Parts: sequence; C-alpha cells; structure tokens
Amino acid sequence: MTKQLVRKFSYKRLILTDEKRFMAQAQLPLNTPPGMSGDSAKEHPKAWKWYDYFTFNIDHKVIGIQYLVTAFFFYLIGGLMAMAMRAELLTPDSDFLDPTLYNAFLTNHGTFMIFLWIVPAAIGGFGNFLVPLMVGARDMAFPKLNAIAFWLNPPAGAILLASFFFGGSQTGWTAYPPLSLITNNIGQSMWILSIVLVGTSSILGSVNFVITILFMRVPSMQLTQVPLFCWAMLATSVLALFSTPVLAAGLVLLLFDINFGTSFFKPDAGGNVIIYQHLFWFYSHPAVYLMILPIFGIMSEIIPVHAKKPIFGYKAIAYSSLAICFVGLFVWVHHMFTSGTPPWMRMFFTISTLIVAVPTGVKIFGWVATLWGGKIRYTTAMLFAIGLLSMFVIGGISGVTLGTAPFDLHVHDTYYVVGHFHYVLFGGSVFGIYAGIYHWFPKMTGRMLNETWGKVHFILTFIGTHLTFLPMHELGLQGMPRRVAMYDPQFISLNQICTFGSILLGISVIPFFFNALWSWMYGEKASDNPWDGLSLEWTTSSPPLIENWEVLPVVTHGPYDYGMNGRSATTDKAPSESVS
Amino acid sequence: MQGAIETSETILNSSVDPAATKEVAHHEGHPDLRVWGLLTFLASESLMFGGFFASYLIYRGGAANWPPEGTEVELLVPAINTFILVSSSFVIHLGDTAIKKNNLNGMRLWYAVTALMGATFLGGQVYEYLTLGYGLTTNIFSNCFYLMTGFHGLHVFVGLLLILGVLWRSRRSGHYSATKHVGIEMAEIYWHFVDIIWIILFTLLYILTMF
Ligand code: HEM
Ligand SMILES: [Cu+2]
Repeated sequence: MTKQLVRKFSYKRLILTDEKRFMAQAQLPLNTPPGMSGDSAKEHPKAWKWYDYFTFNIDHKVIGIQYLVTAFFFYLIGGLMAMAMRAELLTPDSDFLDPTLYNAFLTNHGTFMIFLWIVPAAIGGFGNFLVPLMVGARDMAFPKLNAIAFWLNPPAGAILLASFFFGGSQTGWTAYPPLSLITNNIGQSMWILSIVLVGTSSILGSVNFVITILFMRVPSMQLTQVPLFCWAMLATSVLALFSTPVLAAGLVLLLFDINFGTSFFKPDAGGNVIIYQHLFWFYSHPAVYLMILPIFGIMSEIIPVHAKKPIFGYKAIAYSSLAICFVGLFVWVHHMFTSGTPPWMRMFFTISTLIVAVPTGVKIFGWVATLWGGKIRYTTAMLFAIGLLSMFVIGGISGVTLGTAPFDLHVHDTYYVVGHFHYVLFGGSVFGIYAGIYHWFPKMTGRMLNETWGKVHFILTFIGTHLTFLPMHELGLQGMPRRVAMYDPQFISLNQICTFGSILLGISVIPFFFNALWSWMYGEKASDNPWDGLSLEWTTSSPPLIENWEVLPVVTHGPYDYGMNGRSATTDKAPSESVS
Repeated sequence: MQGAIETSETILNSSVDPAATKEVAHHEGHPDLRVWGLLTFLASESLMFGGFFASYLIYRGGAANWPPEGTEVELLVPAINTFILVSSSFVIHLGDTAIKKNNLNGMRLWYAVTALMGATFLGGQVYEYLTLGYGLTTNIFSNCFYLMTGFHGLHVFVGLLLILGVLWRSRRSGHYSATKHVGIEMAEIYWHFVDIIWIILFTLLYILTMF
C-alpha cells in the first residue's frame, strides 16, 4: 500500500528523503502534527506576510482569506444600504430617501448580499481555504486560475459602487425587462457588467473545485472518507457550472436590448419578456442552492465536531447534496407562477418544488440526529449552527408554502416572500458563514476568537433576525407589497418592529468586527486542533504551512469517527478546556 | 512565493504553471488535469449557447413567419464556411496525431493549415455580414442571427489565438514532444467545441429556416 503511494505520486524529493518518517507517520493517529524534515523546513518560508494578502497570490489559503475579507467588506456596504431602507420604512411616507435612490439601494443591497457577500464568502472563501486541506492536497488544481477568479470580484464591487454616480440600477436584483430597459440605462449596463464578472469568477472557481475534489485527493482517502463539506462543494460547483452561463446568456441579450437596439425583450417588436424570466430563474433558483449548499457542508463539519459524535447518515447527507443539485435545476418556474404560466407548468413546478425540499429535510434530520445524545459544547460556532437549524426550518417551510402555486398567487411580490428568503439567506447562509468563521478562525489565523464576545454577537444576531424578518410574513399576508418606499399607514406598527430589529442587526456586527480584528492581532494562540476535529485540516499547523504539510497525512479513519474503533484513544479525550 | 511554486512543481504534477512542466516527467500517476479542467469549462460554456438556442427556438415557435418577411437567408457562403470549419476539425486532428508520433514539423504544418482555415471562416463570416440585406436591429430573427453568429465568431477567434499560441511556442525545440503536448491537445479540444457549436447553429439558423 505504501509502496503504491510512493510510486503513484513520485514525490521524489520529499518521499525518498523522508521515506522512513513517512512510513512511521502511517501508524500515528491522525491528529499528530506531522514532523518537520530538517532541510525542507528551512527551504521555504512557512507563513505569508500580511502584505502577501494584497497581491496576486496563488496559494489557496491566501485566496480563501482574500475572498472572505473582501466579501465581508461588501457585506458591510450592503448592510448599510439595508439600514437606510429600513430607516425609510419607519414611516409610511417617503421622507428619508428619495424613491429612486430607495430603488437603487434596494437593487444594490440584494446584489451585494448575493453576488458579493454570500457567494464569494461561502464558496470562494471557505471552499478555497478548506477543500485542499480537507482532501489532503497541497493546493487547488489550477492555482493561477483560482487567483484570477478572485481578482474579478473587487472590480465587480467597484463597478456597482461607481454605478451610483449614474443613479445606479433601480430594478431590483432580478432586472426584469421592460423595467430594466426603461430605467437608467447606464446604471443598468454597469450592473450587468458587474454580474458578468462575478459569474465568470464563479465558473472559473467551480472548474477548480470539481477537478480538485475529484482528482486531487490524497491517495489514502476513500470516497467515503471525503468530508461532507467537499461533497457539498462538488454539488455546488456542478450547479454553478450548469446554471451560471444561462444567466450570462440572458444578461447579454438584455445588454444588447439596452445598448444596441435589439428587441429580444421588447414585445412590440417581436420580443418576449418571459424568456428573460426563464433565463434568469434558470440560474437564480439554483443560485439559492449555491448560497446554501456550502453552508450545509459547513453545518455537517461543525455539528459532529462540537457534539463529539459521528455524523448521522454520512451517505444520506452526501447524496442529498447531489440530489438537490439535480432536482434544483428543474424548479425555477416557481418564481414565475404569476407570469401567465400555463396550468400544466404550474402543476409540474409545484411538484418538483415540493420534491426538492425532501433532500433538504434529509440533511436537517441528519443534523438533529447527530445532536441527539451528543456531548454538545455550546461554543459560538455551535450556537450559530443550532441557530441556523432553527431558522432554516422556518425558511424552508415558508418556502414549501410558496412553492404551492395557489398560495403563491396570493402572496407573490409581497413581504411574505421577503420574510421567506431572509430566513433562508440570513438565518441560513449568513449564520452558516458566521459559524464557519468561529470554527475555522483558529486554523486560518492561528489565534482563537474571543468566545464571550462571540456569544454576545450570537445573541444580538439571533434576536435581531427574528425581530426584523418574522413580522414580514404577517405584513405580506396582510398584503403589503415588496419593493416600495411608501406604504399604507395600516402597516406601520409591524414595520416599526422590523426597523427596530434591523438596528439590532446593525449593532450585532460591531462586536464581531472588533472581536475578529483584535483576535487576529492579539488573540490567544490557537493549537493545531483546538476543537479536536478529525478531518485533515486539523493535522497541520495553525495557520497551515505554505504547502499545507511537510509530509502528506495518511488517512486512517473517516472524518467523523468519534469513538469508533480504528482511532487512537488520544483523540477521544475530553474537549480541551481552553475553549470555553 | 518562489519556494511555493518550486515545491508544487514536484507535488502537483505540473498543473500549476505551464513553465513548471519542463522539469517533471509527464503523464505520471494521473492524467494531466488541465484537459479535464478544459472539458469541465466547455461543458459549462456550452450551456451559454444552450441559453441562446433555447431562446431562439421560443422566438421561432411564437412567430407567424420565420424568418420574418424580407429577411432572405443566404446559403452559399455559409455552406462553404461550414465545409471549411468541419474539415478543419479533421486537419487539426492530424496535427495531434503527428505530435503523438513526435513529428513536430507535421504538427506545425497541420496546425498552420487549421489556423488558415479558421481565418478563412472568419473572413467568410465578415463577408456575409457586409453583404446581407439585414442588420442587427432589423427584426427579431436578425437580432438572434447576428448575436449567435457573432458570439460563435468570437469563439472561433479565441480558438485561432490558441492555435497561434501553440505555433508560437513550438518554435522552441523541446517545448512539445510525443509525451508532452497538453497545450496542443487543449487547442484541439477547443477547436472541436467551436465546430460542434457551429453545426448546431448552422442547423438552427440556416437549415431550419428553409422549412
Ligand atoms: C425548502 C426549500 C425552498 C423552497 C421550497 C423555496 C421556494 C421559494 C419560492 C416558491 C419562491 C418564490 C416566491 C415568489 O416570488 O412568489 C422563493 C423565493 C425566494 N427564495 Fe426560496 N425556497 C426554498 C429555499 C430557499 C433557500 C435555501 C434560499 C437561499 C438561501 C432561498 C432564497 C429565495 C430567494 C432569494 C427568493 C426571492 C426571489 C425574488 O427576489 O423574487 N429559498 N422561494
Ligand atoms: Cu426558487
């Protein structure tokens, strides 16, 4: 077996000089840090300097952190826009923001949050940092391509911000024609350009993930030992590869309609607006899974580690990601029930939408069953994970109600929809990103985040989210339309609760921001494996060496084998107390 | 940084940096991942054309006359073009076969011929644009026509650049050999892709408009 490894990889220098050590390594429990070989340790620097993070760097760990920090910056911008909108909605009249500006904020809030925060943070950030570490690779398959993919993001954000000098795009993140053809052509074109840039970035990144996960696993890792996060990233990437180019096609047609006099979406000249909706939602329904599948992966990593139990139903969770990926491609018309869709289509897409909720439910049951009877440590990461579970169930159920055509006809384009997608996007994706940051911050930076401030952050966020988004369901049922700067005075009190909640959410970012900043510089030094995790990223130093390991680790057990045989007793010891 | 690249050479089986392929033996262990990467990318790329094709078919299905009256589809030049592009796919394959037999000059010859055929195709396309009786904005058919052929032309152009890149690199002896020719293979795959897209386009825009 070892012989075969040596031949297959022919790491001549590393393996031949280290052959004895390498073989000895195979007997050691997984979480023993690999030894350093004297000469190669001196050969190259072990860590990047801070300024390396501002350069075109091809190390997947640097790129991952670049994605996360950039995305967080855009998150703050999108958040400020949201706060401004909520301030406007404190009263029924339009007294704080000019309605056009409100529309521009509305559009760019959604765009920043989806395309420049959740997608790059969850996929680009965690995906790049973790996937090679988890599968035992020294980098992604195409490191340069990876760096190029990242560097498409900052200009995309800059273009969106610059579009405000021209009034910004005002159509909502969906950019439906004819609205997008008749409002602010310059702002709309800049918006399209920006989306095409992030879309390209997402495609290039996905190619990298697919190839890395399929072909770059360390040879001793069987397919059933791949961490669930990687399965989720595989499904995410395949979905992105299939759906993103279709959106690009739609946006190109839109761009031509706006700027070059074509009439693809101009019904008076033979065009058809519904085609845009199909092209858009063929991407944008899968896009909601792009935003949640990596988060599902993060959940599957965090819950077993902090509950000290093997994951319940590894295969079910792994394959349900693939099922979501597949079925998720055939539900998009549930966003178009009110667009004059023929009844057979409504029927078909209602059914497919209800079906796609099943694999999601499988995962939820898997996590709950993992928690059941576990030695749960209420770390901040775990709190966010459990918070996510509760919120996502609410969002998932409201999603199923919306997927049912007769009900959707009633609440479409009302605040009920806004409530739904904020429960899944904020309560789901954003909670998951936070959970991931609390969990992997020690690995990324080599320092622990402060847990007390982490808990303050969690409590503020949890309460703020419910306060802001729960009343929206009721507002929608009462008939308040979404995307308006002015509303009927009867809705005033619920709107005030929402605005109050949004202030709480705004405040909640402050402890997190300063905690992260302070801990990064002065926080308690993290050990290599502070949470006692079993996946491969915990076998290297914190932060990992530049090439991840001196000697590649040898997989001797699965990533969640807590208390199972085949594992050395040392990893079963009680959680280190320094944590809580 | 330098250290990082240097180690990855030995470790990552050269998928890091084309320049790094020089030192390591090729085709060891697993196939070069760049080919897989390209195939994955092209699978994705084809979905973009898929979006255009689907839209086109919906427009066609919804129109009373297709193409609308007054838009005469010209067949001669595109038919010649199609012939040239389809044959060029065979020619480029001859180049690939040549390099597998370590026949560098044979490869260069066939790739040069392919480039010439590709350029002729683009020339024919431009000629067609200049002589057609309708422009981009004439009607919904012409919208689709120019957009789809234009996008495809862009891809032909990129393929041409790839081929020229291969020719440029091949002037250094030892850059390509029977065991080391991933770049050549990738250019060929891309060229086949462009060809397949054209066949679909030709069917949709020309053949189907005759019925
Ligand atoms: C159980 C699974 C889910 C189901 C059945 C579902 C169903 C739906 C339906 C039917 C709509 C259309 C409502 C309307 O416009 O009338 C909708 C909207 C939306 N959903 Fe979901 N959803 C689910 C999960 C998610 C997830 C996981 C996310 C994101 C993480 C998400 C994000 C959104 C967004 C952003 C919209 C609004 C789109 C817009 O601006 O119109 N959904 N959902
Ligand atoms: Cu959807």
